[in-house]
Formats: sequence, C-alpha cells, structure tokens
Amino acid sequence: MRIVIASGKGGTGKTLIATNLAWMLAEVGVDTTYVDADVEAPNGHLFLPPTEVTTSRFSSPLPTLKEATCSGCGECQRFCAFHAIIATTDKVLVFPELCHACGGCLDACPDNALEERPRESGTLLRGESGRIHFRSGSLDVGEPRSTPIIETLIAETPDTGVVVVDSPPGTSCSAVAAMKGADQVVLVTEPTPFGLHDLQLAVELCRKMGCSPSVIVNRSDLGDTQVQRYLEAQSIPVLAQIPFDRTLSDIYARSELAAPTHEPLRQALRKIISTVLTNSIGGKAA
Amino acid sequence: MKVIAFISGKGGTGKTSIVASFARLAAPVVAADCDVDAANLALLLGGTVDQQERFFAGELAQIDPDRCTGCGVCFERCRFDAIRPVDPIFEIDPLACEGCRVCLQACEFDAVTLVNNEAGKVMVQTAPTGAVIQAALEPAQSNSGKLVTRVRVLAREKAGSMELELVLLDGPPGIGCPVHATLADVDLVVVVTEPTPSGEHDLARGLELLHQFRRPALVIINKADLSATMVKRIHRLCESLDAEVIGELPFVSTVPAALAQRQTMVDDETLRPLLEALWARIQSHPALVPDSEPAVVKAATP
Repeated sequence: MRIVIASGKGGTGKTLIATNLAWMLAEVGVDTTYVDADVEAPNGHLFLPPTEVTTSRFSSPLPTLKEATCSGCGECQRFCAFHAIIATTDKVLVFPELCHACGGCLDACPDNALEERPRESGTLLRGESGRIHFRSGSLDVGEPRSTPIIETLIAETPDTGVVVVDSPPGTSCSAVAAMKGADQVVLVTEPTPFGLHDLQLAVELCRKMGCSPSVIVNRSDLGDTQVQRYLEAQSIPVLAQIPFDRTLSDIYARSELAAPTHEPLRQALRKIISTVLTNSIGGKAA
Repeated sequence: MKVIAFISGKGGTGKTSIVASFARLAAPVVAADCDVDAANLALLLGGTVDQQERFFAGELAQIDPDRCTGCGVCFERCRFDAIRPVDPIFEIDPLACEGCRVCLQACEFDAVTLVNNEAGKVMVQTAPTGAVIQAALEPAQSNSGKLVTRVRVLAREKAGSMELELVLLDGPPGIGCPVHATLADVDLVVVVTEPTPSGEHDLARGLELLHQFRRPALVIINKADLSATMVKRIHRLCESLDAEVIGELPFVSTVPAALAQRQTMVDDETLRPLLEALWARIQSHPALVPDSEPAVVKAATP
C-alpha cells in the first residue's frame, strides 16, 4: 500500500508527518518504506538518517550528434516541441535543460545522425533507517527537471508493506509524479487563507487523478475556521488536527523524530494509521 | 528598473508574508507571484483584477477514435506513459501528455492531432500597493517555468508603463525549473529561511544555485526565536558561502490569524520596525543602485 503525504502549500509539515508516520508504522510492526520524493528540497534524511547506503546516479537519455552523418537538413530542430535543438548546416546544438528526452528527434532525422547518450541530473539513494527502508532522490543543483527523477524513484520502490511517500509541494507535474498510483493521498494543510487556497487546488488535483484525499490540519489552532468549513462542506475526512506546540518545533529543530516522545503527536499518528490502514477512505490515484 | 526575487528552497518559510510586507513599505511597486502552482501573494495584497490573459503551455495530443486502428505503435513509442489502451484502440492521458509529438510522427493512420493546451491564466490586479501580477496554473499541468516567465515579463512591462522603478518577485519553493525561470533577469535575490535542519539544508542548495546563476544573495532568518542553535548554524553556513544575513524576524503566533484579516507582518507592531530595518538594508545593496549593471545571466530556462 502506498500512502502519499502531499500539500499544495509548502512548509505545512509534510516531512514532519511522513517521517514520524513511517516511524510509528515500523514501531507497530508494519514493513515500512519511507520515500523522499521532494527531490528539489529533500529533507527526510535529516530525521530518518539512513545507514547501509547505496547511491546511484540518475540519468536521462540526451540526443547527441553522431559524427559525419548529419546533412544539416534541420528536421530535428523542426520536430522538437521544446525548442531544445538548434541545427545549423554543420552543427547540432542540444540544450539539455530544455530536452524532455522524448526520443522524437532520432526518428525525425532522415540521416540517422542522432543517438542518445545518458546525461546525469541527480542521485538516487537507498538505505535502512532502523527498521525503515529508506529511499530518496536528489536533483543536482542547477538542473531544472525534477519529474523524471521522481518517476524513477517511485517506480523502483517495491510496493511491499506500507510505502510512505513524502511529496514535493505544489500542484503541477512534480506533485503528479509523486501521487501517481497512490492508494491513499493525505494532504497536510494549515488553517490560514494561504493554506485554504492551496488545499483547494490540491484537492482539485487529487480529484483529477481520480482519488479522494484525506486531510491533516497542522498548527490547527493558529489561524481561522475557513479550512474547517471548507473540509466539512466538501465532506473531506480529517485524519487529525495537530495544534501548534513549541516543544514539537524544538524537537524538529534538533533533527529528531517527535513520535517517540511527544504523546499528542503519537496519538494523532495512531489515529491516522488505523484509518488509513483499514483503507476505509480514498481510492487509487490514476 | 530593478528586480528583487525572494526564494527559499524549503516551502513555508514566510516568503509571501515578507514580500507582501516589503510591497507595503515600498509602495507604489509592482509585486509578482512566481509561485504559479500555489499563488498566494494577491490574497494578502488585495485589489481587483483589471487585466487577464489565457496561458497556453504547448500542445496536447488527441487520438481520433474513428481513425485509430489499435496498432499500438504510439503506445510503444510514448515515453511519458501518456497513451492508454481502451480496447480495442488507444487514447491519450492528458495529465501525462507532454506534447512532444512522438505519437503524431509515429502514427501511420493520421489518427493523432494536436490541440492547444490551455494550462492557466495570468492576471494583473490593481492593489493599494500598486500592481500585482499573479498566475493560476491548472492543477496537474507541467510547464510552469514558461508561465513564470510570462509573469516575470508582464511584471517588467507593467512597471515600465506605470513608470515604477522596482519589481518584487515572490518565488516558488524548490530549486528546479520554476525557480530558474524566476531568476532569469533579477538584480538581487533575498533568500528567506527558517531555523530548522530542513531550512538550513534547502538554504544551502538555494545558495549554491544562486552561485551558479551568479546572483548576489541576501538572507533573512524568519521565525528566528524557534531555535537559537539553528540560527547560529545558519549564520555559519552563510558565512562559509559568502551570503550576507541581513537580519532575523521572530516567530509571532498571531501572524497566521492576522492573515485572515488580510493583515501583513508590517501591521504587527513588534515586526514592523524589524521589517523597516530589513527593507532599508535591502535597498542599500549595491546591486540596486540606479544604473548599476545587471548581474551576468546564465542561459535561462523559458
């Protein structure tokens, strides 16, 4: 079963929930994998430090000119929908940051002058953090495209036991990549106008993907009641309300998990686990 | 005209609240929201929309069911998992299609056509602080870098037509494509961080990106009283990376509730003098001196 912890707005507490949820699951004897899919800003390792680490470089195929066979016809440039190729009479320039690696230019070339070579843009990591299987991806600084790494990270994670995915923020392609195929999507929000606005977009995204999300309201006592009213009106299940607590942010600031010592969070997580594991809500994301 | 971008790496550090506060202090000014996935700046600055344009992010493929023979060549060739079998033929998954045209090129039966992908909209608002530019990307869309570029260009145009000298850009979280698009032609970048290990880790990646883009960077530590230890660590990190920390803002637990009344941090009497001091520091940066040369631009992502 794959549970994706997501949010429209950044900084609502996805990583806090995802890392502590993974710890609690393992604590009650569930075979648990934590996947940090926020490859632009991956922070799960700070709270679930992995050991027995193996890393591999992530690469995408990049079209490259084979020597001497190019006739300079420009078909590759005309084909590319992403303006990633400029063809002159004697040269083909490929801009890796624009290329989507669709492979179409290779077919468009009548001279069979292009081939694909791997180009690295990130790192995939796997290890063990106590009883938790740990996986993460990290986009190289300066690289623009995070989605392909996320897709590979998710695809390579065995779907055994419970897999907790820590999603990137937002509602565009990288969040879609993290949510695709999820059995449950849990949105973490905060009761502010920003939280509400971005929650509405995230709910819309989930529905487009064919799943019904549930929600955790973090810092539930700092803000107003609009999020609550929206959730009631939409009949979206609330898994937990977590009030703001200085001790919780102190624990977080020390890179520690809160679930082992913080009883209110522990109780919230227990409730989340019992609801999510009974699979009484949700629906698989397309 | 000078452009200042605010980024953070980690989300939720307080970028938008701080940009809205500086917009209040710098008014009249153009403020643009480059977080097109989850645009919140206009919620704080208010105003009314007086200009709106549709945003098209390339094209999407469509399969004509009358022409599709179900041969499956497109299905085999698509690398984005965007073609799904609907026995006995195939159809496009619009959420996965990137508009690359590989299927169009591969189909022998001319069953594939392309349609414009309307992916969102861009709006110009008149607010008490001046113009506010914001975009709304449809959920599940890609190409947000292209939309960010449109927001940024429109912000400059608007500042030109209103004869304003300053544009503030509220950046997206992360360090990928939408952030690159935000940074394409800015004079100064302010990184807003928070004293947590995540804030520190993402700040380091953000500063490395700014180094690659050769952009001068200033740092603000928000919610600084949440951890004295982490504040010290962030100061040390910034020193080692040659980024100047211009100040700290405390965590004020009434700020989230005040947001609901459209109050920004400058409405808080503890925060206001601190924000004024920070704004003075930003304004005195050499990169904002009129007629100074803009920073060197790396090949930008449209």
